[in-house]
Amino acid sequence: MRVMVLGKATVESEAGQLPSMEALEAMGRYNEEVVKAGVLVAADGLHPSSRGVRVHFDGDDRTVVDGPFAETKELIAGYSILEVASLEEAVEWVKRSPNLMPGGVGEVEIRPIFEAADFGEVSEEVLAQADGVGELGRANVAKWRAEQGGN
Amino acid sequence: MITGWLRPSARCGWVHDVPAADPPPADPPANRAVEAVWRIEAARLIAGLARVVRDVGRAEDLAQDALVAALEQWPASGIPDNPGAWLMAVAKRRAVDGLRREVRLASKVAELGRDLATVELDLDVEDDVLRLMFTACHPVLTPPARAALTLKMLAGLRTEEIARAFLVPTPTMAQRIVRAKKTLADARVPFEVPTGAELSPRLASVLGVVYLLFNEGYSATAGPDLLRPALCDEAMRLGRILAALAPHEPEAHGLLALMELQASRLRSRTDATGEIVTLLDQDRTRWDRLLIGRGLSALDRAVELGGETGKYAVQAAIAACHARAHTADDTDWGRIADLYGVLAQVAPSPVIELNRAVAVSMADGPAAALALVDALVETKALARYHLLPAVRADLLVKLARPDEARAEFERAAALTDNNRERDLLLTRAKACDATPTG
Repeated sequence: MRVMVLGKATVESEAGQLPSMEALEAMGRYNEEVVKAGVLVAADGLHPSSRGVRVHFDGDDRTVVDGPFAETKELIAGYSILEVASLEEAVEWVKRSPNLMPGGVGEVEIRPIFEAADFGEVSEEVLAQADGVGELGRANVAKWRAEQGGN
Repeated sequence: MITGWLRPSARCGWVHDVPAADPPPADPPANRAVEAVWRIEAARLIAGLARVVRDVGRAEDLAQDALVAALEQWPASGIPDNPGAWLMAVAKRRAVDGLRREVRLASKVAELGRDLATVELDLDVEDDVLRLMFTACHPVLTPPARAALTLKMLAGLRTEEIARAFLVPTPTMAQRIVRAKKTLADARVPFEVPTGAELSPRLASVLGVVYLLFNEGYSATAGPDLLRPALCDEAMRLGRILAALAPHEPEAHGLLALMELQASRLRSRTDATGEIVTLLDQDRTRWDRLLIGRGLSALDRAVELGGETGKYAVQAAIAACHARAHTADDTDWGRIADLYGVLAQVAPSPVIELNRAVAVSMADGPAAALALVDALVETKALARYHLLPAVRADLLVKLARPDEARAEFERAAALTDNNRERDLLLTRAKACDATPTG
């Protein structure tokens, strides 16, 4: 399953204040670990909301509102996308992350991303079919099955 | 996903088949957190231990012992601050105890104790994880044994999960794993990443196992059991680990690119009723842009490293042609045909020739493709393969030769054991009657 890990903004991140060198290095080591575990598939930091805009929808009307936005704790300062086996695994990984503001208070939210399976299961016999490269794969599987003697 | 792997247990009751070596299933919520830690730590734990005990089977047993201890203690005590170090400490203690029982040689015990003291779950352990991958995929093992050991030791899956994924009874899989461990021990397979001339074939074996796991999952993505499709995720995770731990190997990136590009289309492969949607008819807006982006960068990396003609990189390049085309009509079939030509040289196979023929028909028309297909028919290599007459029939329709096309469709229908496919082929055979003879 894929989850989005949302790093909430802090007063410091909204002020455009960068974490200390030590904190960034610790985060770098952590990210390397998550990459080498095959878990991290995307990650980005976001500029403070003062550089962002909101587009407000009201029926057919659209209103553009410039940042910054007030409710700091509800804002997002960065995100990553993890490919994990369970929500529990995502929690375990996130708990291991260093605090970007050592000694400070922050919050990270983990939200599962919708997947095809969430939209209802598909029926069964639809296995064999040819679509370009996929067919090569199936030939490999057939060959392998033959090698394992039908087991 | 582990929840996906474990959820079927409630319905299927495989808990009764759990072999003695495996800890109890992790259904209670407290155990799910332990299981999550296990997923994260298993490979590094086993790998770190294997470096010292020099026997991956034994290392895996020790790690399993530590997991059992964790399942006993953590639900009450809570997960320790450094769960990996906790598991490693328990496993080390068991290693020393075990050796004491076995040899009663104080010096040997002291030696092992000293070696174990040096094993920590630090960054060095990553090299051990890579060694573990090469060992689990060692050619002394049969391909299914390689796949099973890889899932068990690198992905941290339970024996019954692996059994379900491969549609075999749990005791069969448990036996396969025990035998595989014994084979590795008997053959005294060294715990190392091979070097020199040995590296290339051994790496090919690792890549082959990962891709086979992916294909097992891919061919079942429309099936009723979500456990098998989860193999795609496992394979991609392994592929990402491999690309991160062996970043200078172009084919590691080529394979990752291939898997990510193919997986980007998984969710558009079936329609709302579960019918397969062929590549050219898929809703491309549903393709997974994140995976496409990752796949294209991995392919770039493979090419930068000089791996342009690697078996996996070429297949990834073909998949990339589809990924880059915003509509089916935009597909660069000329390039796909060329890439199949390259692939036919690096990994010759009649199935690849058949795929090349399809690409040539899209690029240069049916007549050029028919010549290739007829050459294939002569080799008799694909005599029982229904897609050969099916493709030939399709070309004959385009060339306005309906009588021959009908015969080929009927021949293809007789060769397939998939009912739905047979119906489709027979319908197309009938449609040939309606076409005026050309």
